[in-house]
Amino acid sequence: MKTRKIIAKFKHQTERGGFCLDVDLALPTQGVSAIFGRSGAGKTSLLRAMAGLDRIANGVMQLGDEIWQNGAGFTPTHKRRIGYIFQEASLFSHLNAGENLAYAQKRAWRVEGDGAADFDMLVELLGIGGLLKRHPDQLSGGERQRVAIARALLVNPNLLLMDEPLAALDIERKNEILSYLERLRNEIKIPIIYVSHSIDEVARLADHMVVLHEGKVVAQGALAAVLSRLDLPLKLGQDIGVVIEAEITERDEKWHLARAVFNGGELWIADENDTIGVAIRMRILARDVSLAKQKIDGDSSILNGLSVEIIDIKPDEHAAMLLVQLRLGEQVLIARITAKSAAQLALEIGDDVWALVKSVSVIR
Amino acid sequence: MEISQTDMAAIWLTLRLASTVTLLLLLIGTPMAWWLSQTRSKLKAPIAAFLALPLILPPTVIGFYLLVAMAPDGVLGQLTNGLGLGSLAFSFWGLVLASMIYSLPFVVQPLHNAFEAIGARPLEVAATLRATPIDRFFSVVMPLAKPGFISAAILGFAHTVGEFGVVLMIGGNIPYKTQVISVKIYEHVELFEYEQAHYLSVLMMGFSFVVLLGLYLLRGTKTKFGMRF
Repeated sequence: MKTRKIIAKFKHQTERGGFCLDVDLALPTQGVSAIFGRSGAGKTSLLRAMAGLDRIANGVMQLGDEIWQNGAGFTPTHKRRIGYIFQEASLFSHLNAGENLAYAQKRAWRVEGDGAADFDMLVELLGIGGLLKRHPDQLSGGERQRVAIARALLVNPNLLLMDEPLAALDIERKNEILSYLERLRNEIKIPIIYVSHSIDEVARLADHMVVLHEGKVVAQGALAAVLSRLDLPLKLGQDIGVVIEAEITERDEKWHLARAVFNGGELWIADENDTIGVAIRMRILARDVSLAKQKIDGDSSILNGLSVEIIDIKPDEHAAMLLVQLRLGEQVLIARITAKSAAQLALEIGDDVWALVKSVSVIR
Repeated sequence: MEISQTDMAAIWLTLRLASTVTLLLLLIGTPMAWWLSQTRSKLKAPIAAFLALPLILPPTVIGFYLLVAMAPDGVLGQLTNGLGLGSLAFSFWGLVLASMIYSLPFVVQPLHNAFEAIGARPLEVAATLRATPIDRFFSVVMPLAKPGFISAAILGFAHTVGEFGVVLMIGGNIPYKTQVISVKIYEHVELFEYEQAHYLSVLMMGFSFVVLLGLYLLRGTKTKFGMRF
């Protein structure tokens, strides 16, 4: 089949008959596709099958026109042009960091392609220049993972598979690696499939999102579209929220604010010395959005009020709360409010209301 | 006291035998141990048990069956005669073969343990870095299993040096040809040459202690491997 997508079809029933993976995916060949789901949802099984580390009979795996698995055909892992990041940094313990990189560099030519990637560029990109002489046990968890990422990229893959690369790290290390991953996403031109159970990571990194639940795909599509849905079987609780891509168009020097404009509205956000015209991604959590029937002018500490239309109302997992889906232009917002307030305001689908946005986290 | 020429010959023969056996066992024991560590075959347990038999069988049982096989009408005898090599019994290469069988588990088991301790992950990583299966073995398994190889070599060597029953049955006691230290000590004792017997025995005690000390020191390092005594 001719395609410009990443095709992954796998059906797998374990011998114990319990768990089963049943996916049929067509992912874009650019940007970051997140496979999101709880632990045990089958994310790692899927990624391993895509890499050829596990062979699921009758599966299909192809990257554009390159077919890696179809029917009886199966390309072993070492002949696939992939890079793979394991959950725990798996540097070879008998080699130092530099030798670990050299291991990949030496073998890069084995699969048809351009040979090894630019060593200096990757070392610079991941900030590991000073670590090359050190042994894996002399590196912190974050440093090890950075070396592992550089190593995976040195073989010049056409597809980068990452299996919860941050899961084994503490919060500080997570943030450290996340900023490297954001740089990476912008620098490298290959598609990345990123497995994670953290909605924060997904919201920061992904362009496309697949939600896996008990081995099955329950939602997939552009990140913003999937995150704005109310009907996912996953309970995100406090973390439910949407992302909006925007552009900085104006800065207010006096109040240190920047105006972020998007299709459907604008928000004033804290200015971080942004350049005019820069693209940003804003994450707005449902719990940070309040609703009012009328516009509140100067009577509230909340800076951002948006005129929106209610398009859906769904019960939250907590009986006291409701999730209200709001449309503003082409964007969707979600507000998490108490059922009591909704009753007092007599909110109905189709109503025009004011959404008060208390806080926005910005991913630059 | 001066060490006799036949004592010296016994020492050299023992070292030659043990080195040959260790080298050959590392060569054939490595693929065996690798297969045992990787296979999911139902035959794994019976084969592992069979390979470990020499650990508990009386050496005389192994010696007896080998003698039967090496006899002119035996399986091995017919083979070696057919190849124009003559009989293996009472020859150096007969001793090598017998010692290999006798010492096999002492080489295979530490290697097997070392291979299993590595786990699947480093091999998977290597595969994602384009390493072929053979490349993975030499570039990842061998270096990571180094303590296992050292342990296997030491144990295989030491165990071959220490054998007696099989050697006596297969090799007899022919000076310069099949007379190794352990058999030579036996001969000295039979002839009431206690001084010479002491001389060689002390040598063996010293050797054995150094070997075991080496193993225990090696095991003190953080890598897990080796035999459980």
